[in-house]
Amino acid sequence: MIDEGKPIFLQIAEQIENDIIAGSLAEESQVPSTNEFAAFHRINPATAGKGVNLLVDDGVLYKKRGIGMFVATGARDALIKKRRTQFVDDYVRPLLAEAEKLGIDPTTLRTLIADASGNASVTPQSTDPART
Amino acid sequence: MTNLTPVIEVRDLTKRFGSMIALDAVSLTVPADSITGLLGRNGAGKTTLMHVLTGQDFPTSGEARVFGQPPAENASVLQHIAFIKESQKYPDDFKPLHVFRSAPWFFENWDADFADRLVDDFRLPLKRRIKKLSRGQLSAVGVIVGLASRAPLTFFDEPYLGLDAVARQIFYDRLLADYAEFPRTIVLSTHLIDEVANLLEHVIVIDQGRIVLDAPADELRGRAASIVGPKADIDAFVARRGLEVLHREELGGTASILADGIDEVVRADALNSGLQLTPVSLQQLVVRRTGGALAEASR
Repeated sequence: MIDEGKPIFLQIAEQIENDIIAGSLAEESQVPSTNEFAAFHRINPATAGKGVNLLVDDGVLYKKRGIGMFVATGARDALIKKRRTQFVDDYVRPLLAEAEKLGIDPTTLRTLIADASGNASVTPQSTDPART
Repeated sequence: MTNLTPVIEVRDLTKRFGSMIALDAVSLTVPADSITGLLGRNGAGKTTLMHVLTGQDFPTSGEARVFGQPPAENASVLQHIAFIKESQKYPDDFKPLHVFRSAPWFFENWDADFADRLVDDFRLPLKRRIKKLSRGQLSAVGVIVGLASRAPLTFFDEPYLGLDAVARQIFYDRLLADYAEFPRTIVLSTHLIDEVANLLEHVIVIDQGRIVLDAPADELRGRAASIVGPKADIDAFVARRGLEVLHREELGGTASILADGIDEVVRADALNSGLQLTPVSLQQLVVRRTGGALAEASR
């Protein structure tokens, strides 16, 4: 949900991006209206509109006059590409900094990642939500 | 949605009561079709400002314009304003029913169906005498008038004394939904800053008769942060970055400051310097801007 310290419109844009990347908002499907976003997140409609317009400017969403906003074709790939370039800054560098602080050398770190991803690939199968 | 001609324009507005200066050369604008928060402590000058803007008081000097005109004794301005205040007085034998029946005479956009729905939402007894209503129910009468009047300019001055958390949430939800459908200018004066922070598009903070903050809400988010680290590192960081420190606490060798003027560069520098930086809420920023010891001393 909404967190402090980051402009709300950016958070709205990020959440829409996340939904597109996750596939819950398919390409060429309609996104909720600004007022629906505002009511759902309990935020000012102008703020919600700013977030949506940011994605229109980026070509992720497009406007159909009188109908609403839709996810552009190719938006998912473009977003994944963008997020991948941010991945190093957002995740890898902080990880390396913390590892260095704790004296975890690169070899150990690699082992830790391999172990953790090994576990992670098993976990989703054992907790398949469709079976519970 | 915003920034046509401002609905409210105030320039160098001063209001004195005898030797007491309630408003001290105040200048501000309120953008059209925005929800603006007018925040500040008791006695800061919020109500005085709203009295001048709604024509119930005259400026001592300076100028206030509402819809481009001075509001005092100006029917063409005042007919577009709804002013909902905490201490609204009604005739002794009035019931809520009478208030809502007479409302269309004052508010040309009055929506009786919307008012009925709000009466249900707030579970307001329509036929009980207003004198016999609880404090919260009395506040609900005002809130309903303020919403259903759909006045082009609506002031809510601490509208919800006695309203419980559920009723306040109903107020916020209905306000947002109706505002989205019928955009208009709303000025909301309140102490419950955390509750309304996300509803606001624009924020004005007044303290001791002066404007201490006047900015889009999005600009204020993240602009102030608390920074924690070793005392010497904090001091060096503040000096290097020229930060405005609103509050400072120390515990052993650790210092914690609340600083204004944080941007991406400052944030990255803090991170690289091993300092802990946490954004603070609008409410914390307002508290430190309007009462902190340092805020006093710097005046």
